[in-house]
Amino acid sequence: MSWSKEFFKGIIKENPTLVMLLGTCPTLAMTTQASNALGMGIATTFVLLGSCVVISLLKNVIPSQVRLPCYIVIIAGFVTLVSFLLQVYVPELYSVLGVFLSLITVNCIILGRAEAFASKNSVGHSAADALGMGVGFTLALLLVGSVREILGMGSWFGIDLTFGVLEPIPIFAMPAGGFMVFGLMVAVVNRLSHYQISRKKMGCAGCAGGCAACAGGCDAQSEKKEGND
Amino acid sequence: MTEMLAILFSAILVDNFVLSKFMGICPFIGVSKKTSSAFGMSVAVTFVMVMSTLLTWPINAYILVPADGSHDYGYLRTLTFILVIALFVQLVEILIKKFLPPLYKALGIYLPLITTNCAVLGVTILNIDSGYDLGQSLVNALGAGLGFMVALLMFSGVRERIERADVPKMFKGVPAALVAAGIVAASFAGFGGLVENLFG
Repeated sequence: MSWSKEFFKGIIKENPTLVMLLGTCPTLAMTTQASNALGMGIATTFVLLGSCVVISLLKNVIPSQVRLPCYIVIIAGFVTLVSFLLQVYVPELYSVLGVFLSLITVNCIILGRAEAFASKNSVGHSAADALGMGVGFTLALLLVGSVREILGMGSWFGIDLTFGVLEPIPIFAMPAGGFMVFGLMVAVVNRLSHYQISRKKMGCAGCAGGCAACAGGCDAQSEKKEGND
Repeated sequence: MTEMLAILFSAILVDNFVLSKFMGICPFIGVSKKTSSAFGMSVAVTFVMVMSTLLTWPINAYILVPADGSHDYGYLRTLTFILVIALFVQLVEILIKKFLPPLYKALGIYLPLITTNCAVLGVTILNIDSGYDLGQSLVNALGAGLGFMVALLMFSGVRERIERADVPKMFKGVPAALVAAGIVAASFAGFGGLVENLFG
């Protein structure tokens, strides 16, 4: 397993957003403009990298029964760090991200990578994996954000593209447009990959079960559990 | 009273957590395939939202940022709140498993999934950011939970139809659900201005 392989798998083959369908909340909420999407992506990448490195370093210290609370504390620590940094250096982004900055803590990508990768692999590999996943997340957000900003507001990174002639389509900047653009993009990714996507089962603990990626698995499991009771 | 009703209805309809604030999308897509699981999940979420607000609001007001201004540990909010929510969910699971087995059977499987539902952490933080007092916060949390329930139940009905519809292969599953969610969200946009007209 080479480091470059760990890095590149997160960008296309196992893209956390478009292939694994993790972290959908920020993907929809923070993509009304390309610049917000980029900011959210970078902030999340930083938290992902930091917490995966620390979790990988501590993997032999953290008892497995209480690992999830430990991971959450580490992740929340990095989120606090990021919000301090943004507050001081990029106050505009800080106010735009708002509550979603705090909500990076419960982004399933981070807990998912911590559980599925960082807790089992060396620091170097975990860092490469986290960085790749972060870049993949950022690129996906940037893509959704660009489409929504160009169609919904007629601009890209604030640069006007309407030339005073074209009318933007406001619904793309609204919540409804977010769902639709993201849905269409997932469909296109399905098409491009010739339906070969194998959504890896991450185990319900990894994303705490609620996420779209392991939904089928968890539904089936919970039913089984019900049956056993 | 009017103010409370305004907060409640705007949390349920106008600022619906799922469809206009984009919180809790994962369970929205994940457990909306069946109406029964959608209902179980949203009851559990509503309960945890209200109870976590009951815990986190006093922690913020009396420990992190006390009114006498002696210190301001507001930056510890995210860390404290998520820990409180995680511990509370664990505690509830243990307690109802021991004392209320029928309730555990109905809700138990959904409880562990809630800790990382961003709508729960979201509502506790938004309550503080909006400057609500304890009563308003509880009403807002209840509204957020009920809004989650309305969105999930409505969408599970839509979803059951999609599962049987003949959609193009590339749209099968999640993409079709997301596009349908877009249409549901567009219909919820119609509630804009409702609260101002009713209670304004």
